[in-house]
Amino acid sequence: MNQISRPAPEPIKFVAKNMRLDLRLIAEMIEPGSRVLDIGSGDGSLIETLFRTRGCDARGIEIDMAEVTRSVAHGLPVMHGDADHDLAEYPDGAFDFVVLSRTLQAVERPREVLRHMLRIGTRAIVSFPNFGHWLVRLQLLSTGRMPMTSVWSRAWYETPNIHPCTIRDCMALCEQDGYVIEQWLAVDDAGQRSPWRRFPGLANIFGEQALFRLRKA
Amino acid sequence: MDLPDLPEAEHQNVRFADGFVLDCGTTLPELTVAYRTYGTLDAARANAVLVCHALTGDQYVAEPSPVTGKEGWWTQVVGPGRPVDTDRYFVICANVLGGCMGSTGPRSLRPDGSRWGTDFPPVTIRDMVRAQKRLVEHLGIERLFAVIGGSMGGMQVLEWASTYPDALFAAVPIAAASHHSAQNIAFHEVGRQAIFADPEYHGGRYHEHGTIPARGLAVARMAAHITYLSEEALARKFGRRLQNGGLSIFGDMFQVESYLRHQGSTFVRRFDANSYLTITRAMDYFDLAADHGDDLAAAFAGTKARFCVVSFSSDWLFPTRESRALVRALNRAAANVSFVEIPTDKGHDAFLLDEPDFHRTLAGFLAGCAERAGIVR
Repeated sequence: MNQISRPAPEPIKFVAKNMRLDLRLIAEMIEPGSRVLDIGSGDGSLIETLFRTRGCDARGIEIDMAEVTRSVAHGLPVMHGDADHDLAEYPDGAFDFVVLSRTLQAVERPREVLRHMLRIGTRAIVSFPNFGHWLVRLQLLSTGRMPMTSVWSRAWYETPNIHPCTIRDCMALCEQDGYVIEQWLAVDDAGQRSPWRRFPGLANIFGEQALFRLRKA
Repeated sequence: MDLPDLPEAEHQNVRFADGFVLDCGTTLPELTVAYRTYGTLDAARANAVLVCHALTGDQYVAEPSPVTGKEGWWTQVVGPGRPVDTDRYFVICANVLGGCMGSTGPRSLRPDGSRWGTDFPPVTIRDMVRAQKRLVEHLGIERLFAVIGGSMGGMQVLEWASTYPDALFAAVPIAAASHHSAQNIAFHEVGRQAIFADPEYHGGRYHEHGTIPARGLAVARMAAHITYLSEEALARKFGRRLQNGGLSIFGDMFQVESYLRHQGSTFVRRFDANSYLTITRAMDYFDLAADHGDDLAAAFAGTKARFCVVSFSSDWLFPTRESRALVRALNRAAANVSFVEIPTDKGHDAFLLDEPDFHRTLAGFLAGCAERAGIVR
């Protein structure tokens, strides 16, 4: 595993109180003053935080028009679009960071999306729910049915999460496509950083969410 | 139909006597730009917003027109406390080149005292924008905070961003496109042919005959007006209802017919037929990609401006897919772009109407830009 030592993170001066934990962890991974594209920007809290606390030129793409309107009306640069269809248009190296949080498992072509993220950005930050979590494994083993947990909460026939993957799957894809994992971490059920960073096998069992910072080799 | 010419009104204007070269190669010996301003220019001259009007609009954005007496065409958007807040921004709107509200156009007099009429040279959207640039410079403004416009106004916004990338901080093209589609040109041609077919048109020399081609111009307006609405809006407003509740000795007329006739008859009292011909042609010529080697992204290469592209879901004249194509070109140019489609059944005209989501979007976008541009109240 090609892990580099983590630079001391900037202390966070401000985060929206109700900001999702993974967004807070993502914000910590982004250097101040960066050009950032947030794919699936939702209510825009990450781009607002990055603009206000880190002086980033942060923009968003969001598929839900109501969220887009709310974000733009809030003064945030967000455009309607989606990961599968809009990334191809951006020129190479247009951003320092391209973020895809909790969406990798829901896109049509995750591998293509990752490829574009690392084409248009120097670095990619990806978070996803870990399908290797012990509860998911246990449910599939014991009931023989698709797991239903707080994270994987929709029935197989209507879930938007059409490409579930595990931490190990993601690591394997990065190796296969030549991406360097600069940082990664797993978060447990309580939202705490898991202590298994040196042991991907354990993280893949106990981590509920995974977060990767990648760059091209 | 015999109607007097448009009422003559005094319009605030600036005159440039040093000649104005058009894209077609002709030089206008002098250029008059009629305009209105609202609000106060700040000390840094950094809070100026240029509003670009549509095909049949004018410079009276936020106040009654001296010609019709009707309230300004965008009072819901421009004014104190409105999305384009005149307590905060210095708003400028100019009558376009080729128009008939005081700027140089087919109704203007040549130096020899005769009217231009059909001799008025063809103009382009870029000519209109260059005329506006002269006005903006005359007002002592080096860089506009924002350029905003819907429909043909949106075309001007795109032309501004492309031709003068350093002269604006933000660009808001609304219900617009980077070119006029074949279908749009076709509708314009129907309107133009209606004007030509009117015997009162007199080959464009109707002024000399003391008349105007009112019937032809009204038909042009009626045809165009259909394209500004949507089928849902027409069904909702008029359905198949008859005007007087049923058959009468006057025959029957559907409410939608009555509405269109009213639109046609009021239009001819405020608009000049030759101006209509000139401006529809300018729109038809517009193709920003063609001006940049068929690469729309090249029109915006290196732009620092912040864009907010707005479309309306039921607009079939400038449909959302054209705005999306524009957004993708802006992405290829790595421009900072916001893009919203407003859900509405009001069609193309929605940009002129009460659309709270649109107004919130515009206000928020401008406020965000003002913060980043460092404009303080």
